[in-house]
Amino acid sequence: MSMQVKHYLGDKDVQAILGTLLRVGVIVSACVVFIGGLVFLYNNSSQISSFETFKPEDVRFSSIAEILKGLKTFDGLAIIQFGVILLIFTPIARVVFSIFGFLMEKDYMYVIIGIIVLCIIVASLYLDIAH
Amino acid sequence: MSILLFTLIVLIGAFLAGLLGSLTGLGGGVIIIPLLTLGLGVDIHYAIGASIISVIATSSGSAAAYVKEGITNIRIGMFLEVATTASAIVGVVIASYIKADYIVVIFGFILLFSAVMMLKKKIDHSNNEKTSILANYFKLNGSYPTEGKIQQYAVHRVVGGFSMMFLAGILSGLLGIGSGALKVIGMDNIMKIPFKVSTTTSNFMIGVTAAASALVYLHKGQINPAIAMPVTIGVILGATLGAKILIRTKTDKLKVVFAIVVTILALQMIYKGLTGTI
Repeated sequence: MSMQVKHYLGDKDVQAILGTLLRVGVIVSACVVFIGGLVFLYNNSSQISSFETFKPEDVRFSSIAEILKGLKTFDGLAIIQFGVILLIFTPIARVVFSIFGFLMEKDYMYVIIGIIVLCIIVASLYLDIAH
Repeated sequence: MSILLFTLIVLIGAFLAGLLGSLTGLGGGVIIIPLLTLGLGVDIHYAIGASIISVIATSSGSAAAYVKEGITNIRIGMFLEVATTASAIVGVVIASYIKADYIVVIFGFILLFSAVMMLKKKIDHSNNEKTSILANYFKLNGSYPTEGKIQQYAVHRVVGGFSMMFLAGILSGLLGIGSGALKVIGMDNIMKIPFKVSTTTSNFMIGVTAAASALVYLHKGQINPAIAMPVTIGVILGATLGAKILIRTKTDKLKVVFAIVVTILALQMIYKGLTGTI
């Protein structure tokens, strides 16, 4: 019983840090998206929107490399997409953080399970699907 | 429609989606997709891409708030994420091979199902009786503090729960939603995990699952920054306000009204998908 209580307290500390991490992740990415949105609207506000048909060949910034390249030219859409990437990485950071937590608790089974989850996510980065 | 007008409409819509989603527990994704497709004529592929981003935003945003009250069982979450992340990718792959009309129809049915689940009274099945061998092996049983005591709980039917999560992941990847309703069935009803643990743990899983599918959607070009921008900002603001209101408001009546609205949207999606007019 006492072991379990101790265990729980340890988790609570990790969770407090995680809570902050998640909040910061969401706030920072929302700010980046907002700034990108302002830049984009400033340059394109009167353009006509056309999202009625999905045209994958027209889509820019669909890879991390392209997004980083677009950032250098201060492209509004690239900045938005960078914010989106930050948002996507927030829960992934939570997984990484949990793996370190398991490592500190010397729970190697869960270190491996965490790494499996991380590998699946990383694999999705390289998955190339024909349209 | 000019980009500026489009952005403003989506911003307001996403704000309301985030607000209602967090007040009713339905999540943002299931409302964003009908808003974009039925309301603004946006292609379902872009709508799904925007929705998956809104799912991550609501999940991470509310997780920060949950940390104070609930107790996430990181082991249960991580264990089940093996199923949800792998199957989410399967879902995205399936989405590339079936006609968009079918995706719209499936979405409509999931929307109907979510409306029913929202109204159903949730029953806490948790207990500390004999647990399964697998739950012991994977150290899934846990405890949480309640009224100054430590409450132990046992996890049941691990294989059943894991399979349900696999289904939830497929639908999450296929439709760009959080699949919260299915995760609740898996954790509360099948595995008998107490609410205090299941709500926050499923929220943890929703974010991680959505991140896996979001990366694939990004590569497929379905995350259009011009749509993602107002959706992300609107949903985050709406969900944050919703979480604040939720603490001091009863939402029973709102849920009934909202269930009716969601049902109408669902029937419309099914009809448009079947007739190919979306």
